[in-house]
Amino acid sequence: MLGFLLKRLATLVPTLIGITLVAFGLIRLVPGDPVEVMMGERRLDPEAHAALVKRMGLDQPLPVQYADYVGKLLHGDLGQSLVSREPVSKEFAALFPATVELATAALVFAVGFGLLLGVSAGLKRGSLLDQGVMGLATVGYSMPVFWWGLILIMFFSVQLGWTPVSGRIGIEFDPERVTGFMLIDAWLSGEEGAFKSALMHLVLPALVLGTSTLAVVARMTRSSMLEVLREDYVRTARAKGLSPTRVVVVHALRNALIPVLTVVGLQTGSLLAGAVLTETIFSWPGIGKWLIDSIGRRDYPVVQAGILISALTFIAVNLIVDVLYGVVNPRIRGGGH
Amino acid sequence: MSAVLDNKPIEPPGPLREFWQGFAANRGALIALIVFALIALTSLFAPLIAPHDPIEQYRDFMLTPPVWSEGGSTRFLLGTDELGRDMLSRLLHGGRVSLGIGLAAVLMSLLPGVLLGLLAAFFQRWLSPAIMRVMDIVLALPALLLAICVITILGPGLVNTVIAIAIGALPGYVRLTRAAALGEIGRDYVTASRVAGASTARLMFITVLPNCLAPLIVNATLSFSSAILETAGLGFLGLGVQAPTPEWGTMLSAARDYITRAPWVVTLPGLTILVSVLAINLMGDGLRDALDPKLKKVA
Repeated sequence: MLGFLLKRLATLVPTLIGITLVAFGLIRLVPGDPVEVMMGERRLDPEAHAALVKRMGLDQPLPVQYADYVGKLLHGDLGQSLVSREPVSKEFAALFPATVELATAALVFAVGFGLLLGVSAGLKRGSLLDQGVMGLATVGYSMPVFWWGLILIMFFSVQLGWTPVSGRIGIEFDPERVTGFMLIDAWLSGEEGAFKSALMHLVLPALVLGTSTLAVVARMTRSSMLEVLREDYVRTARAKGLSPTRVVVVHALRNALIPVLTVVGLQTGSLLAGAVLTETIFSWPGIGKWLIDSIGRRDYPVVQAGILISALTFIAVNLIVDVLYGVVNPRIRGGGH
Repeated sequence: MSAVLDNKPIEPPGPLREFWQGFAANRGALIALIVFALIALTSLFAPLIAPHDPIEQYRDFMLTPPVWSEGGSTRFLLGTDELGRDMLSRLLHGGRVSLGIGLAAVLMSLLPGVLLGLLAAFFQRWLSPAIMRVMDIVLALPALLLAICVITILGPGLVNTVIAIAIGALPGYVRLTRAAALGEIGRDYVTASRVAGASTARLMFITVLPNCLAPLIVNATLSFSSAILETAGLGFLGLGVQAPTPEWGTMLSAARDYITRAPWVVTLPGLTILVSVLAINLMGDGLRDALDPKLKKVA
């Protein structure tokens, strides 16, 4: 297991170097003088210009700049926002939990319902339920996230008035930040209505973000179930006289979950990307919205950090999934396929 | 006459016919093909069909509802947007932009992707690791984030949108081509061709490539639909095609403020995107069933 883990980590090295190069290159590849591009309409006198060039180390040779950049990264220094003058890492620490909370809620929703729908469709193959689930899954997979969000806002927030349109919690509440997860913090605060408010703010964004993942998980679970149900060990289990529930849950589902796990890992990437759109629609104060806003403000150090963090999160999640996969399926660990 | 027909030996269906039978057996795919053909044709002939200029602003008719709702007029069948532009004309012309970008992005990732994939398969010692490592880096960023990254460097716009989306789709083609080509390289017909003196280029493009096409075509369909979604996503974020060019996603981005007053401004462009993407995805399922029985989903 340790050997597998080390081998897997070693393959990450070139990718990590590549990602830092991309993030490093982001500012320098923008056509024109980086400082002028970043300043935009904000004119700088030559002295301030030179000072900024020096402060950002842009007068150094590129390899030195890169080494400097990586050295700072390793110390957790992501640079400084040009707009707020705050360290990027500080802003990031405040916003990251919001994105994680949203993505987790979306994932729980997607995997929960996806498994349920996929298993029921697989068990009742060819039925109306099966066709309905598969039809909806295809629609869900083809859905433009941002439009889906707008439609749900139109219906649930504007027409029915059930859910708020934006933010993480009602303005009348200000729970103390303990975990960074609004849902938990609101619950801990014990304030009446705070938890409900946080929950209502979370429902629509999570639903929107989770939709395409839900569709993928449902499809994958269904086809994986169909395959597993044909296996000899399932027939044996049935012949032994086990109850249908036990056959499905213990014997079939456990093995059917292996490919589903991979899909869930891959979907984390689309959750991160989807978060950019979902957070923008619902004004959810997370990494995605921060990234888009910073592009608009030409706050390149923030953009640079946002891209880097997203890539690192994606890589980390895939690593975890790979390791889990090795735990679930011993054949992978040996390195053979 | 009938005797002649009767004596005709039964021939197996030709490859094209076999393909069509496989495709048409999937009813959803067939309907999707018709729907997509309609969308593609109306977009192609938008300048002829569209009742108005897509960027002309009829200031006296701002936010006119569609013809079926109260206050609608037959002059603007699907109503007008916040600047008084005809929705129908914008949707038709928008199809040219959205589908055009999707198609261009597919070509711009398919052609280099196939070339790189073949090179990686044929030059396994030196080129393959280099190419595949670079592709791993590209894959380390989710497609939309990568596109945002590219747009940040190049700036927004139509051509840059195509480039941004094409780069994200590239690794899929490289990996697919490489895997398919590796499967073929060891076969006897390739060895025979090599022994007969075929050059590496000939082996790559004439001997091996035609046998790798099936998964590539399926992937092209799927990446076409995701390219349309990404184009719309970028447009919605204001990083894609810039106003006043009609593009489905860009149209939605401006429409957000009118959710309560003019729902049609929001619903129509989104519905168009959904129907197009759905049609392409269903066609992709049909193509997969028809082209590659191995890939056929358990149905």
